[in-house]
Amino acid sequence: MINSIKILSPCGILGYGFPTDSFDRGIEMKPDAIIVDAGSTDAGPHKLGANVAIVSKTACKKDLVRLILGAKKLNIPLIIGSSGGSGGKVHVAWTLEIIDEIVRENDLYDMKQAVVYADIDKSEILERLKKGEVEPLGTNVPQLDEKIINSTNGVVAQMGIEPIIKAIKTGSQIIVCGRAYDPAIFAAFAVNKGFDLALSYHLGKILECGALCCDPGTTKDCMMGELFKNYFDVFSTNSERTCSPVSVAAHTFYEKDHPYLLHGPGIIQDLSECEFKKITDNKVRISGSQIESTDPYRIKLEGARRVAYRTFVIAGVRDPLLIEKIEQVEDMVKDSVATQYSEIASRRYKIAFYNYGKNGVMGELETNNSVSHELGVMFEVIAETQELASAICASVRSTFMHFGYEGRKSTSGNLAFPFAPSDVEFGPVFEFSVYHLMSVDDPSALFPIQIRSTSK
Amino acid sequence: MSVALKDLAKVLRSKNSGPFQITVDVLFDDISKYERVVKANIFTEENICKLYNIKKEDICNIVFFDRAMGIKVTTNRKVSSGTCGDRDVYGAQQHAPLLDVLIP
Repeated sequence: MINSIKILSPCGILGYGFPTDSFDRGIEMKPDAIIVDAGSTDAGPHKLGANVAIVSKTACKKDLVRLILGAKKLNIPLIIGSSGGSGGKVHVAWTLEIIDEIVRENDLYDMKQAVVYADIDKSEILERLKKGEVEPLGTNVPQLDEKIINSTNGVVAQMGIEPIIKAIKTGSQIIVCGRAYDPAIFAAFAVNKGFDLALSYHLGKILECGALCCDPGTTKDCMMGELFKNYFDVFSTNSERTCSPVSVAAHTFYEKDHPYLLHGPGIIQDLSECEFKKITDNKVRISGSQIESTDPYRIKLEGARRVAYRTFVIAGVRDPLLIEKIEQVEDMVKDSVATQYSEIASRRYKIAFYNYGKNGVMGELETNNSVSHELGVMFEVIAETQELASAICASVRSTFMHFGYEGRKSTSGNLAFPFAPSDVEFGPVFEFSVYHLMSVDDPSALFPIQIRSTSK
Repeated sequence: MSVALKDLAKVLRSKNSGPFQITVDVLFDDISKYERVVKANIFTEENICKLYNIKKEDICNIVFFDRAMGIKVTTNRKVSSGTCGDRDVYGAQQHAPLLDVLIP
């Protein structure tokens, strides 16, 4: 077995960008693979539900061309996880189109490509649901039923290392994965080279965020990981970013529900006994990571569906007479609109007010009662069609603007609109309708691999 | 003399942990500061419920990780990320009530 491998992670999300100097320095160190995560659910359900990417095509291509040429130069694999952000077939296709452009523009037809899809058939989910093998991931996640599954746009699952290893074994140089557990793309490469599963996953957990575990931390810079038999080292290829035992240990907290127990496809990582040792000012050595396989092997399903349409208005309020009774006035505006549109059942739409300067960010969780001398008031109407949302919203806006609350002096208008027109049609609103764990018998069976090439 | 938590913590942040939870991290760069906060016993279910107007069953985890000098509090979202009624899609501004908590 080889003594060590090096993996270069250029950035935390493909398309977020990275300094070319950092990347070139990484390439000079001759990594064994370039691996990059492209995904996240952070931006909400819209990306998955509406089939759009989380970065622009320009941003993705700007990164990808450098990664592909780097992989070509060293003749090493490039692995992309959760392509297009959400990792559904549309997002994968979007990524493949960009790769095709790059291949054609740079005459790279000899680079063999493999795709690992992560779309899960609704019939498969329904069948397993009936057998009791699908459960909500969290106490506040609704149970799945046939109606929810059928109204969901498409369902992806986070793949583990198994299908990715199969794709690596095809000898492909560019491996494009659909939705994948973020660390799995790194762990798959390392495990396939014969390295320890726990260390491989922990290395992946750190590298998938780019240089975020550094100080200053960022997802927009390159990170190198070197994995040995019993430990691994991490450092940024940008020497201006230091990396300390504390900054690396603290990184395990990031975006997870628990600081040292991390659940993934078929595994639980336990980082409670890890040792973090300073090697230089920007290199940290990690050992002691542990992992357990779970039985059954479960994968995380993600799906989004359209639930409504929205029209919204942003306005300012500076009048202290209105500010002191803002919520009372808003309630009266709501009632007045319901009366004006008595022929439309009020359950067909929902009016909501967000008072920035009072409790706009935290809503009912806010415990601070102080109020600013001016408020940003955003109101929205959610309805089953865009037309209905806009009709009701226009009524809310005109009613609010001229509402004669008790004690009012400003009889010519209550709201300062920054824009004309004031009413903005937002389009559809989505929700995460599927966020569940599903038991599977074979970790690879639901993630088909396709070998492809770019046509001339 | 009491000190605000924001003056002891190196990092105090919140973020989604998946679309249905929000997690708050309080990280330190000095073991004495970390231990002072742990000893103050302010990260209790009761205090978190009070600070955030939530019920005990909405708290998923309060974990102290000595090795990383950090405290994590994970709570259920009232509304899942990015759908109707959500106010903070990334969950990035839900840490603020903790900033001014006084530590003896």
